[in-house]
This record gives sequence, structure tokens and C-alpha cells, in this order.
Amino acid sequence: MSPPLLGIEGHSQCNVSLMASSASADCISQNVSGLKERNYFGLSDCSSVDSSAVSSVADENKKNLNLKATELRLGLPGSQSPDRDSEFALLSSGKLDEKQLFPLVPSKDGICLLSQKTVVSGNKRGFSDTVDGFSEPKSSIFSDGNWMFNAAGSESVQPKLAGNAGINVMLTNRSSGAQPSIKVEVPAKEPQEANDKMNGSNTNSVPASKAQVVGWPPIRSFRKNTLATTSKNNDEVDGKPGPGALFVKVSMDGAPYLRKVDLRTYSTYKELSSALEKMFSCFTLGQCGPQGAPVREVMSETKLRDLLHGSEYVLTYEDKDGDWMLVGDVPWEMFIGTCKRLKIMKGSDAIGLAPRAVEKSKNRN
Amino acid sequence: MCLFQCIMNYFPEEVLEHVFDFLTSHRDRNAVSLVCKSWYNVERCSRKKVFIGNCYAVNPELVIARFPRFQSLTLKGKPHFADFNLVPHDWGGYVQPWIEALAKNGISLEELRLKRMVVSDESLELLSKSFPNFKSLTLVSCEGFSTDGLAAIASNCRYLRELDLQENEVDDRKGHWLSCFPDSCTSLVSLNFACLKGEVNAAALERLIARCRNLKSLRLNHAVPLETLQKILVQAPQLNDLGTGSFVNDPYSESYFKLKAVLQKCTSVKSLSGFLDVNPRCLPSIYPICTNLTSLNLSYAPGIQSNDLIKLIVRCKKLERLWILDTIGDKGLEVVAATCKELQELRVFPSDLHGVGNAAVTEEGLVAISAGCPKLNSILYFCQQMTNAALITVAKNCPNFIRFRLCTLNPVIPDAVTNQPLDDGFGAIVQSCKGLKRLSVSGLLTDQVFLYIGMYAEQLEMLSIAFAGDSDKGMLYVLNGCKKLKKLEIRDSPFGNMALLSDVGKYETMRSLWMSSCEVTYGACKTLAEKMPRLNVEVINENEEMEGRPKDKHRVEKMYLYRTLVGARKDAPPFVWTL
Repeated sequence: MSPPLLGIEGHSQCNVSLMASSASADCISQNVSGLKERNYFGLSDCSSVDSSAVSSVADENKKNLNLKATELRLGLPGSQSPDRDSEFALLSSGKLDEKQLFPLVPSKDGICLLSQKTVVSGNKRGFSDTVDGFSEPKSSIFSDGNWMFNAAGSESVQPKLAGNAGINVMLTNRSSGAQPSIKVEVPAKEPQEANDKMNGSNTNSVPASKAQVVGWPPIRSFRKNTLATTSKNNDEVDGKPGPGALFVKVSMDGAPYLRKVDLRTYSTYKELSSALEKMFSCFTLGQCGPQGAPVREVMSETKLRDLLHGSEYVLTYEDKDGDWMLVGDVPWEMFIGTCKRLKIMKGSDAIGLAPRAVEKSKNRN
Repeated sequence: MCLFQCIMNYFPEEVLEHVFDFLTSHRDRNAVSLVCKSWYNVERCSRKKVFIGNCYAVNPELVIARFPRFQSLTLKGKPHFADFNLVPHDWGGYVQPWIEALAKNGISLEELRLKRMVVSDESLELLSKSFPNFKSLTLVSCEGFSTDGLAAIASNCRYLRELDLQENEVDDRKGHWLSCFPDSCTSLVSLNFACLKGEVNAAALERLIARCRNLKSLRLNHAVPLETLQKILVQAPQLNDLGTGSFVNDPYSESYFKLKAVLQKCTSVKSLSGFLDVNPRCLPSIYPICTNLTSLNLSYAPGIQSNDLIKLIVRCKKLERLWILDTIGDKGLEVVAATCKELQELRVFPSDLHGVGNAAVTEEGLVAISAGCPKLNSILYFCQQMTNAALITVAKNCPNFIRFRLCTLNPVIPDAVTNQPLDDGFGAIVQSCKGLKRLSVSGLLTDQVFLYIGMYAEQLEMLSIAFAGDSDKGMLYVLNGCKKLKKLEIRDSPFGNMALLSDVGKYETMRSLWMSSCEVTYGACKTLAEKMPRLNVEVINENEEMEGRPKDKHRVEKMYLYRTLVGARKDAPPFVWTL
């Protein structure tokens, strides 16, 4: 009898051993019987393994899974790795006796060679080549917001980039706000792309293209398309602004192009104005308010009205009725509910707005 | 002759068959059929449901020859990564030859379940006309058909009980397919057309529901207005599973009051989904249902903010399955953890796919869930960031994971606190969760994580890898260690020829291997194909300017290999080379 072994899902375990090639059978027995000096991965590195080094590793194995010896790290010469024992708490169970370490203790030189080789061959780690663009984690411990660097103080930078064989970077200690100098060795096949997509609040200087990595995040296209359409629809639901992003155009007199902001990412006028100020600062350099103060202060909520007369710029918005209103009069929630677009007007043009704004808010109340 | 065989000879086949009837899992039945010849024969003649995980591993003739009396067929076509646009259109996975063969050979098909296959209107029509007892059609992530095909099913399948369309790309011709259900059709138990884009005739729908008194599951598409939902629910308060259409109305309107009233009567509804278009202020109408819900899917409802979600969830104490968007936030997940003590499966999808907004969940939400929901065994979690410490905690709290899929929105993000790779976190998961069958990893990962997976993930059947690892060792750890591995899919990772060719026999123990944007060369693929005649090694070439075949040393962009009994498939398009 020769039942069809394959093709129908879930053929039983006994076939596994039948089908396995002799090579893998060897590997199984090696795995169980003992480690060391068995080079079933076929890497030449192993031949230079010092057996004493391996046995000392095995001793530590009893206590905890000390895999420092086997971990692949890209370290700058002389750099120290932070103590990792605490992270192994769960892994230090007695179970480890039956599991054998894989007998690979490549030498440091070996690692460097390996990494360089893969660097040259154009390692496909597209994301790692543009370190700067990565998303800034929310964790508050992370003051610098760049995962390349340990933000906790001045310890020498240790790039634990075990995985990033594609990078060969020069690192500097990063003071807050300063841009890191990253030298990217190998141009990845996929350029900076996704980074810009991956982090909404990225203000780093790496200019990322808008192209997204195909198939990331891994979501069915059906779901992607559906969510895209429903978000659009929800904005019109019930006459209220929908949830999700609420983008409005922002124009500025004299600027060659407009911008768009998502009003939902702010919760106060102050946040909005500082964001706009950053966005449009390139257009207002060198211009000052009446008291010689830089124009950025004109944008703040309280000063808006104070500096109305004679200020260079004011922030206005077009509401649902099509009227141009002064920003700052109504509560924030009401504002984002009615704001259709923003305009940074010249102060002189905006003078006529104030009385109307006051009138309108009176009518509303 | 051994004692066992003596005993077995005195067992009439009918008894064996009766015993085998109690075996419903195909794995059990496969095991049973390997015991001896007579068991094999009894089993094969009595198997009613056939499951084929890769439609190209066999052909219909072989299946029919072995199982002459089957009534239910499940077929899967394209590789999993086709869901994420990694497989070109026209790659394959056509159901037509199967339906033709089944029809020709007189199989009395009653149930057909297809996943990631290409289904044409012609196929649907042939299906509807060839099998008079046809009862149940389930299509998941399929494409190639239109509402005309559905009309054929509705018109011709007289005893149709189940029409379940999940996330298919359907060409909606805005025809009246729903009206094609004849007046004599009263047998519907389950109707799901949530994925259709077009409108259906509301009156026809209401009449259909009214005459199908056994209807238990109904999922509407977003074009069905709230008023219609209300009228339907009046007719069918016995529903177990409801997918709303549009949930938009003026909360002060008459129809909304009516809806509230009728929803209060729907005490059997255990599963709720839909809400593609939703006015959050209408949500209170479903509060009465919440207490009984075991399954809730709000993952298509970006219109519901965290606060409203929380108000809803806080009432769902019996929830076992929750699919939600990350708009719920970590705070919302803490509420889930505090409320849903029966939770077994959680999926948190990203709401913001362009990476501009701030809505996202982090490791905190996951830890909270793991602490609060002891029965959790399946998770799919898209998050902004993750830490090893969090994963280690999750592993300690929930050793029962069967499926663990973590997807960081930045695929190579390291531990958010320590900057380390996430190797140890995933290592803890595989070490703790001894029953883990499916794993997807993401974040910054080195070969180390694969060492852990190879060592500990003994039950692992499916592994998805993206942008991870440093060298061939990573892949080798997995291939050598995971004895039960069935599906391995890898993208954008530095695994190459050495790993691919080290243990070629392994691939016959697996269903399939996908590798894209790795370091595998054309020559290695050829070598593998030569050594293993029972594998189809397909190289997908998307370089239109290329003439002829690549050189051996060229990297292959996409390779998909699978075991098969029937050799190279004949329907491969020109850009797919079977080596």
C-alpha cells in the first residue's frame, strides 16, 4: 500500500521522517546528542571555534541562556554592550538542559567580515539604511526620540545594530535637537520611502519620498480600500466633521504654495499656531512685528487680538458659511467643527474681520 | 498475522465507517487512513469533507479518485502574501477546472469553500447548475467574479443555505442579484454580502428575510440603510450573527426609535459586525445587545472614536472575540482587559495607513490585555512600538497562545526603550507558548530570534518573516528546528542559497515556502528544482524587459515553492517560471 503521502493537508508525522533527507536526520541526531564541533550549518567560521570557548558557554547555559557568545553584533571596536541579563529572566528555566546551543561562536573579526560582505552585496534591509527617518517612539524615557541612540545620557554610543548589516554608520553623541550625522554606506534597493510614512511627527531632515513599501503594513487590500473610502465618507456624515484626519488647506499671502494640516492632531490654538509658525517660518524670515518682535509671536492666541492692529500677519479661517473669521474667538472644539480652511493674512487685510467675529460669536451664543 | 489484524478482520466495514464518522478533523482522518489498507479504503470512501491547502498540490482527478463520495471541498489558491499585493495578478488559482471536473465525475457537491482563488462568473454559473444539492458557498479573499455570478447562484441553487462572501473583490454590476432568489427559496441560514459595494433592492431583501425563517446569520453591506435594517430585524429577531449596513441616522428620528425598540428584542444576537458608515450617536441603540455578545467586529468602523468604543465595550462582558481598530488606544485596551474576561481572540488593526496621524496602540495596550484576559489564545496586533519587556510580560501572562502575530508599523523598529532588537521578546513568547502554531514577527530582529524559534517553537506550523535576520543562519535555525513547520513565508530578509539548499528534503514536509526580496539566486532555485522533482519551484519574474532567463547568479525577486503530486502546473502565466 502506498497511500498518497502528500498533497492532502496534514499527512501524519510518520511521513516526516520518511521524507526528511539524510542530511536533516543527521542534524536531528546531532542536536540531541551533543553540541560542539559539529558544524552542521556548514559555516567556515565554526572550524576556527576554540573548543574551550564553547564549553564555557555550555556551562553558563545551565544557569541562563547566555547567548552573548552567539549573538551577532556590529560593534565599534572597544564598545561595550549594556548588560542584558535582566532580559533573560524568563529564558533561564531548567528546560534549557535539553536544548543545545547552536555551536556557533563566530569571532568578532568574522562578524565584521560577514557584515562587510553583506554590505557590499547590497543587503536588502531597505529600512535600516535611512535610520534618521524612523518613527519617534512615544516612550517618555526616550527624550531624543531616535532609536539609533541611547538617550539616557552620555554613555558612548553603542549601535546595537545586530540586524542592520546594511549600515555602516558613523555615530555621534546626540544632543537634543541636533541632527545626527549618519553616513549611509550602501544605497538600499528601496530608497528612503516608507520612513516618511511610518512616522507622522518626523521632523528630521532626511527627505523621504512618498512611496510606500509594497505590502507593508500587511493588511489585505480589501481592508485598505474599504477604510480609505469609509474615512472619506464619515467626514460628511451627519454634518459633523468625522473622526480620523481632518485636513484643511492653509494658505499664506505671498507664499508660492499652500499647505495642509490635520486639525485633529492639535487640541489647542497654541499648538495649531506653533505648528503653523514652523510650517511657514521659511516665508516669514526677516519680518518682524511692530515692536520688533519676531513675527512668530503674532500667531499666539492671546496676542492675536492684542496685536491685531498693525501686525504683519493674522490667522483667519473660512467657516461653513463661507465667511472669513479670526481664529481664536470660539472654543477649540467648535472651531474645528466649523473650520473649512485657514489663511494667514496680512494684518492690514484682516482689520475688517474683528467686529464681524465678535458679532458672529454673539449670535452663536 | 498479528492479533490486531485478526481483530480488525472481524470488524465489518460499516462499523469502521461509523467509528470514523466521529472523526471530523481531516488530520485525524489522514492519520487513520495510514493504519492499514482496509482502514485506508474505508476511510477514503466515507470521507465527506476534503480540505486542500494548496490547489496546485493535487489535481481534481486525483482527489475524486481517492474520495469518490465527498460532498464538501475546501480549496486554497494563492500564497498568503498575495493578500498584500506581493503576488502579481493572474498568477493563478483558478477554480474553474475543479468545478468542471467535479461536475463531469458526478460528485454531488454540497459545499464549496474557497480562499484566495480566482472565481469567474462562468464558474459560478457552472457551479449553480451542476450540483442540485448544492447548499453552501463560502468565498474568502477571492476575485474575478461579479454580481452576475451571484445572480446565477441565487437563481439556480434551490436549496441554498449559505452564501458567505468575505472580503472579496467583486465587480458590482448593480444588477438585481438579490432579487434572483426565487420566492420558493426559504432555506437560507446564512447570508453575508458585506463586501459588495453596490446597492441591493431593499424590498427584495426584506421579502427574502421574511420568508427564510431559519436565517441565523445576516451581514449587510454598507449600502443598506438603517431603515431597512430595522424592518429586517422585525422579521428576523432570531438572528445569531448580525452585520449592519449603514448605521447612519438622525438619532431623533422616528426610524431610530423603532430601531432601538427592535434591537432590544434581538436577544439571540451573539455576533456583531459592520458599521462601515456609522454615526456614533446611534450606537446606544445596540447597548442592549452588548451583554450577550461573544464576537464583535468593529474593524471597519473608523468612524467610532475611542470614547464611544469604550462605552460600547464596557457592556460586553461575555466577549470572546474582538476585532477592532487602533483608534481604541491603549486606554481603550485597558478597558477591554478589565471587562472582557472571556476574551480569546483579539485583533487590533491600524486605522491610519498613511502614517500621518497619531492613532495607534503601543506595547502598553498589549500588556494590559495579557494581564486582564487569561483565556487569550490568538492575537493580531498592529502597533506603533514594542518592547522586549512587554513581550516577556505578555509571554508570562498568556502561555496559551496558539496564534501570535505582531506587526510593528515600522517593520524594523527596535525596542522602544532599550534600542535592542526584539529578539528576546519573541524568544520569550515561543518559549512560553508551547502550543504556538502560528507566528508573525516584526521589528528589529537578528538571527537570534530565529535561534529561539528553532529551539522552542515545536508546534509551529506557520511563520511569517519580514525585514528580519542577518544571515543564512537565521533561516537555518528555523528549518532545522521547527519540525512541524508547514508554511514559511519570508520577505526582504538576507537569507540566501546556503539556507535554501541546506536541507532540501524539508520542503516536502511543508506545504509551501515563499521568499521574496531575499538573497536567493536563480541558479540555486534551479538546483533545488532538479534535486526535488516533487516540488514546484516557481520563480515570478516581474521584469518586463528581460529576455530569456536570468543568469544563475542573478538574485531572484520572488520565489514560491510547494510540494505537489502533479508536477508543474499548466496554467502558469508567462511571467511565472516553474523550474
